[in-house]
Amino acid sequence: MDKEEHEGRITENILYFSRLLRAAGLPVGSREVLDATKALALVGISSREDLYWLLFSNFVSRSDHRELFDQAFHIFWKNPRIMERMAGLMLPVMRVEEDDSQQISRRISDAVAPGVEPSKRAEGEETKIEFDASFTFADSEVLQDKDFEQMSSREIEEAKKAIKELKLPISSVRTRRYRPGGKSRVIDMRRTLKMSLRAPDSIPLIYRSHQLRRPPVVIICDISGSMDQYSRMFLHFMHSVTNDRDRVHCFVFGTRLTNVSRHLKNKDIDVALENASQSVKDWSGGTRIGFCLRQFNNYWSRRVLAQGAVCILVTDGLDRDQTDGLEKEMERLNKSVRKLIWLNPLLRYEGFEPKARGIRAMLPYVDDFKTAHNIKSLIDLSKMLSTPDQKNLHFLEAISG
Amino acid sequence: MGIDIPASIDETLTLLSESHYIADRSLATTLYLSLKMGKPLFLEGEAGVGKTEVAKVLSSALGRKLVRLQCYEGLDINSAVYEWNYSGQMIEIRLAEASGGIDKKSLSGDVFSKKFLIERPLLQALKTENGQPPVLLIDELDRTDEPFEAFLLELLSDFQITIPEIGTIKAEQPPLVIVTSNRTREIHDALKRRCLYHWVDYPSAEREFQIIQAKLPGIDKQLSAQLVAYVQHLRDEDLFKLPGVAETLDWAEALTQLDKVALDSEAVDNTLGTLLKYQDDIAKIRGSEAAQILERVKLELAEAS
Repeated sequence: MDKEEHEGRITENILYFSRLLRAAGLPVGSREVLDATKALALVGISSREDLYWLLFSNFVSRSDHRELFDQAFHIFWKNPRIMERMAGLMLPVMRVEEDDSQQISRRISDAVAPGVEPSKRAEGEETKIEFDASFTFADSEVLQDKDFEQMSSREIEEAKKAIKELKLPISSVRTRRYRPGGKSRVIDMRRTLKMSLRAPDSIPLIYRSHQLRRPPVVIICDISGSMDQYSRMFLHFMHSVTNDRDRVHCFVFGTRLTNVSRHLKNKDIDVALENASQSVKDWSGGTRIGFCLRQFNNYWSRRVLAQGAVCILVTDGLDRDQTDGLEKEMERLNKSVRKLIWLNPLLRYEGFEPKARGIRAMLPYVDDFKTAHNIKSLIDLSKMLSTPDQKNLHFLEAISG
Repeated sequence: MGIDIPASIDETLTLLSESHYIADRSLATTLYLSLKMGKPLFLEGEAGVGKTEVAKVLSSALGRKLVRLQCYEGLDINSAVYEWNYSGQMIEIRLAEASGGIDKKSLSGDVFSKKFLIERPLLQALKTENGQPPVLLIDELDRTDEPFEAFLLELLSDFQITIPEIGTIKAEQPPLVIVTSNRTREIHDALKRRCLYHWVDYPSAEREFQIIQAKLPGIDKQLSAQLVAYVQHLRDEDLFKLPGVAETLDWAEALTQLDKVALDSEAVDNTLGTLLKYQDDIAKIRGSEAAQILERVKLELAEAS
């Protein structure tokens, strides 16, 4: 057997395989391909399983990609002919065998056979409203107080523009890291010594103080039927917050929880919202707050709430489930965040009383309860978040002595 | 005495199992590659699945020194890489002043020299001991903040550290680096790309049984089969924190201490705190749920035998 030729083919195969992975969205660069080839030379091909883990350790770097890698591996290395087909990657259309395509994920099948199902981008689904240049200050004032629910489509467009300008200036928190200067009286020994070598007779003391940093924000938004008009506005709000600061995680829920953080990171709001809405399957349906919060607590809380996150929960508190376990989940959520803020559009009504069972179950566990039915309330929210809370100040004073 | 690194995946497996670490083949493959290619190994997985243990076992099996850096929020260069001995420097300056005729330039060279450098774990890891590079464990990297990850980039790709006053210190031989993360946040791609990635999963029933036998040699076979099956069932439940291997071992230890040779509902209820660490989870399982799982476990084991 011609060994050299055999190895040559394998390298080629790895290259094609890496292309498949890249097309499926895994960040595989030429460095990884080189390393995989090197690794193969070390291990040799003894079994399929070894090859699998060899390629896995080189090509996968996030646990979310495990599933995609697994599927790609089994498709690619099962069918040797696929290599020749991949060689023709330049060709516009390819097709995977029918029985394969049934179970594999969309991303992989799209990567193997791009263009088979051209994604139809919604054209004209939402006709852009021509902008009226005579938009006056008074108009915007009126708009600020108008309930999202009563807005005309033109006004909604205006509101979206206004929301785009909104920032979320949550007050920074003190980290354990230091920066030079500042008011604090901690001596920076390293720089003091350096200075002392420069100064003639004395040792001038140089200080350092704690660095401030904006805490992570997690927004969990209700998109069920009863929240319909508001949730659309909030998607815009979440998008503008996501693109304004780092460490923002956004979730939406109706009957189940969806993480839309990655979609909203896209700078272009239309693309971001389209991607987000495609990944959400339960628009304007029922609500299962308790169930969704449990999903959040069990699956996400440990991954996104670390390092003192502030959590904003947007919901009207009207639960389809008989609020089973809702209280418990709220308690857990409250205990895992720095601050839990509940935005409830229902609060706009004068004399609102928390009668619904869901609301009563949730209220004891929130640190702040605010309305969010128009732009003005969102602006108020921004103000509230930018003033440091008292509890926190005392704590800081206590530890700084 | 140092032992050479294994020459194949099978040898890696043997090496680990001789130190009572029962790894599956996937981990052995990645570990072998990491040793051979000189690339750091990045282990991610739930708490208590034996990520840290890999480094400990590796250091004892290969007879290398273990240098451990436990990460925490606010970890900075001063506690991770190096620190200057300020009091020593002060005295040096005072002495120089007292003897008169100080030359500032030479003094600054003296004061900021290796003599006054206190080495922290990352710098220690660049040193070889008895001609063998150490095993460097960077534990729970996700606990630090992002700026600290940037400190690590130079170390992980080139195995060198730059100290402004002295220059670049390069490892004589690259250390064996193992980075672990519990995934309380995503680690930046730049760091992951410098490593080989492996996701450490909960073990299968068969492997978990072997782990218990290896770690607690005296334990009753029937008891360990039962408790492994029990824990495996528990991992299918909707719990806030699923028990890891470390918890299984604790439980096995607890039951042996209580002189149990078989599981019964009372023993399970009384020792549940070794498996589950959240009151909600314990409240949910304790009592009827625990008894039901026990029934199922006994039925399955009876069928299997």
